[in-house]
Parts: sequence; structure tokens; C-alpha cells
Amino acid sequence: MALGSRHLLGLENVSATDIAVLLDTAESLVEVSRREVKKLPTLRGKTVVNLFVENSTRTRTSFEIAAKRLSADAVNISTSASSMTKGETLEDTARNLAAMAPDCIVVRHPASGAARFLAGVVDCSIINAGDGSHEHPTQALLDLLTIRQRMNPPGGGGGRDWKDLVVTIVGDILHSRVARSNLYGLRTLGAKIRLCGPPTLLPEEFRSFGAELYYDVGEAVKGADVIMMLRIQHERQMGNFFPSLNEYSRYYCLTADVVAKASPDVIILHPGPLNRGIEIASEVADGPYSVIMSQVANGVALRMAVLYQLIVPGADGIRGSEVSRTAVTAADTRAQAEGGDEVRTALRPAAPR
Amino acid sequence: MAVEVLDEAGVRRALTRIAHEVVERNGGGSDVRFVGIHTNGVPLARRIAEAVCRIEGVEAPPQVGAIDITLYRDDAGRLGATARLEPTDIPFDLTNRKVVLVDDVLYTGRTIRAALDALIDFGRPAAVQLAVLVDRGHRELPIRADYVGKNVPTSRSQKVRVELSEFGQTDAVRIEEAGDGSR
Repeated sequence: MALGSRHLLGLENVSATDIAVLLDTAESLVEVSRREVKKLPTLRGKTVVNLFVENSTRTRTSFEIAAKRLSADAVNISTSASSMTKGETLEDTARNLAAMAPDCIVVRHPASGAARFLAGVVDCSIINAGDGSHEHPTQALLDLLTIRQRMNPPGGGGGRDWKDLVVTIVGDILHSRVARSNLYGLRTLGAKIRLCGPPTLLPEEFRSFGAELYYDVGEAVKGADVIMMLRIQHERQMGNFFPSLNEYSRYYCLTADVVAKASPDVIILHPGPLNRGIEIASEVADGPYSVIMSQVANGVALRMAVLYQLIVPGADGIRGSEVSRTAVTAADTRAQAEGGDEVRTALRPAAPR
Repeated sequence: MAVEVLDEAGVRRALTRIAHEVVERNGGGSDVRFVGIHTNGVPLARRIAEAVCRIEGVEAPPQVGAIDITLYRDDAGRLGATARLEPTDIPFDLTNRKVVLVDDVLYTGRTIRAALDALIDFGRPAAVQLAVLVDRGHRELPIRADYVGKNVPTSRSQKVRVELSEFGQTDAVRIEEAGDGSR
């Protein structure tokens, strides 16, 4: 493990150096998906459990493919097929899974903080694959990778700096874990961030992220280099936040006319699944500025990079000074301070609750 | 205390001789493809490929591949994932080609074992040959080099340091006693 922690719970306290390590690693792994034999022996004998307590196709498949391309054994558990439908608590499920000694649990859960909670309960690496409206770090990292690839095209001329980049995020900022993780990541890297949405979904508090707030999508995208669209989660109760989907789409849908106001080489991201005609017009989603399919392709490489950096042991605490505050449990900090796996094993019976 | 076993001219002569041997053994260079192992193997592969072109009087720039074997190592767990991954790039089809794998130092043979695994994932070469600038002995696997720049007897406690002009240094190979070098 080369990162400051053995968990990836969020991007809030991940340093720019660690983000760069993950993006560089992912960049080197993109090529694997183009090989005839799409498999590396790196994580042979390691077990990755995908614990998805909330529906997901893209993220779960992406994690499963990533684990398999690194030769890890991937086990998928979804709510409908698990004992959680019989009333088992998350903690009990996690403890039982941990007793089978996986090397990593990838968790998606509707409750914010679920991943962090698990990190304190079990003794293996935890990767947050989305917890409520808190964070979705691997999605943000793959967004950052996609943006960085466009900023520094391979073989092309001078790369651009994050500090010269204007990124506009449009949609349900309030409930979006994708937006929150991207906010943290982009803030760490120094990009200029604009947020846009109806006032009900974009409270004033978001200014504290160092972002500019806009309520008019045309103004928000003016000269932007990157437009990140968020999904309107209309299956959750959104009725209190705007009058109707039609009205939302009239004011905030990303159409070709809106895109025309952005930088001429703008790129458009969307974490999926798309609501065509609600937050993004089909002509834009399928248009020349859209990098949505690159995001999905990068997702596999990025998740391979995260699994590799977290599971391959041996360098615990090499950058102890950069250990992030919330991404690390007390046991981790002690184990890192005292150096290594024996300590971690010794602490196991008394793992903090 | 470091002992220089190859200087700039020595490295040049060794690579030129390897290039001649590659041409002789393979009846020319047209069927041969070179793949360097990151980091030092890549510029060495490029130099040998260029020498082969000069010998054969071919103008076309030689195609040289690069592989990173970090993810194929059998000791990844012990070294940790601290090493930066370099891009693996093999810009040609290996199938039915003769591939010359190039590295700077042949020691235990474990790097070459990993490189062979990596190479096979890209196709099925007609043959794989191994070229190294220095063979320092102490093999732990049944692997030998087809082309050796210089055989250098060493003890396990010594370090072999290879410096190349591509990385801003003067070409040289030195043997260092344990403790006086970082590598």
C-alpha cells in the first residue's frame, strides 16, 4: 500500500500527491483493457467482496471487472440476495464477511458514513463505492482521470494546469455524493469550481467549498472547460425541491444552445445513468463534446489502480505525515506508527467499535 | 568504493557487439522486434535496434516496445506498491516474430520470468531471446541470456549500478559495495 491509508472512504482528506499516484497508476492500467489477454497476475489469491446494499450496475460491474483483471477473486453480494433482507444489521453482515478473511470490501450503502463505520468494524481494506449523499470517491477519481487525459492529450503539446481549469457542476448538488467527492478532489487540485442548480438543491453553505454558486445554467457554463452534469434522482422524493421534472428540465437541461456558451473545447461528463431530456439532451449526451463513454472505460482502470494501491501490502505508513484524518481509524494510525502487519494482527481482537 | 566495469566506450562496444550477434543469429534484423524492460531496458533496446538498422543499412526507424513488469513480480508483496508504474507499450504484433527482450542487469532471473509472463499476454512470439548489458550471476531460476554485454562476477552483497545518457548521466556500469549506493 503506497497511499496514506489502507481505506478509500472519501476524497475529503486525500492529498494531491495521493490523487496523482492513483491517477498515474490508472493511466498505466488503461492499456490492459486493450490487450488480447486482459489479465494481470498481481492480486492472485486476494479476495474482494462487493457489498452493494443499494442498486448499481455500472459501479458494481466496474469493480468486479477491475478485481478480475488483477486476478483477485471477486464475490458480489447484493441486498436482494443477502441476509440483510432477513434483518441482519450492517455491522453483523460485515463481521461475518470479515470472518471469511477477504482482503478488501467494496461497499455501497444508502446511509452516509456507512463505509467509515465499516472501516472501524472490520479488519480489511474498505473502499467506499457510494454512501448515501456523502461521497463516491472512485467516481470522482475517474472523472478527474478523464479530465486530465483531455487536458494533457498523449503526444500532444503543452499540458494545462488544474489551476487554469473552470469546472461547472450542474444539478442536484445537495444530494449528490458524486458532486461532493468531485468538490473535494477538485479543491485539492486547485481547479476553479462553479456549482449550478435550483436554490433548493444548492444551499449557500456550498460557498464554503470555495465554489461560486450560479442559479442560471447559461451563466454557469460561460467559458467553462468542463461541465459535469448530475443525475436528477427522480425515483427518490424530489417533489419538495422543484415543482416538476418539466420545469426542472426547462431551466437546467444541458442543451446544445447552453453548451455553445462554454469553452470551444469543453468536455461534458455525466456519472450515469442518464435521464435523457431531463438533465441532459440526447444531442449533447451523444455529441462530440461528451466523454461519458471514456468515463466508463476509465472506471475499470481507475478501480484497478485503487485495488492495487490498497491491497498490495508492504509499504505501510511510508507517508505517515500524509495520513488523512477521517480516512483512517485509530487502529490504523497505531499500526502505522508502530510499523506493520504484526501490529495490525495483534490489534484485531480489540478492533475499535 | 565503486569499481567501474564498463565506461562510455565500453557500453557502446558491448551494445554494438550484441547488435551484430542478433543480426548473425537471426539472419538479418527484419523479423526481429525489440522489447525493453522498464526502466533501463527501454533505452538499451532502442540503442540495439538502431545499431541493427545501421548494420543492415535499413532507414526505417526501429519499432521498440516497452514493458513494465511491476504487476507481474513474485515479490510485489515484499517491495510494496511504492514503485511507480510505467506505461507498457508494445506497438506491434508479437505473433510469429522473434522478440529480443532487453534489460540492463541479469541477476536472479525473476525479473525476466515476470517479463516473459507479461510478453506472452500480448501474443505468441516465434521465439524470445534475451539480451542484457551485464550478467552478474546468482541465478535463482533456470534462465540464461542469449546476448551478454559483459559477464561481471559479483557477490550478493554488492550492487550493480547502470547509468545511461538517456537519463541525464554518462554511460557507465559500476559495482558498489553494500552501503555506498542507493540501489
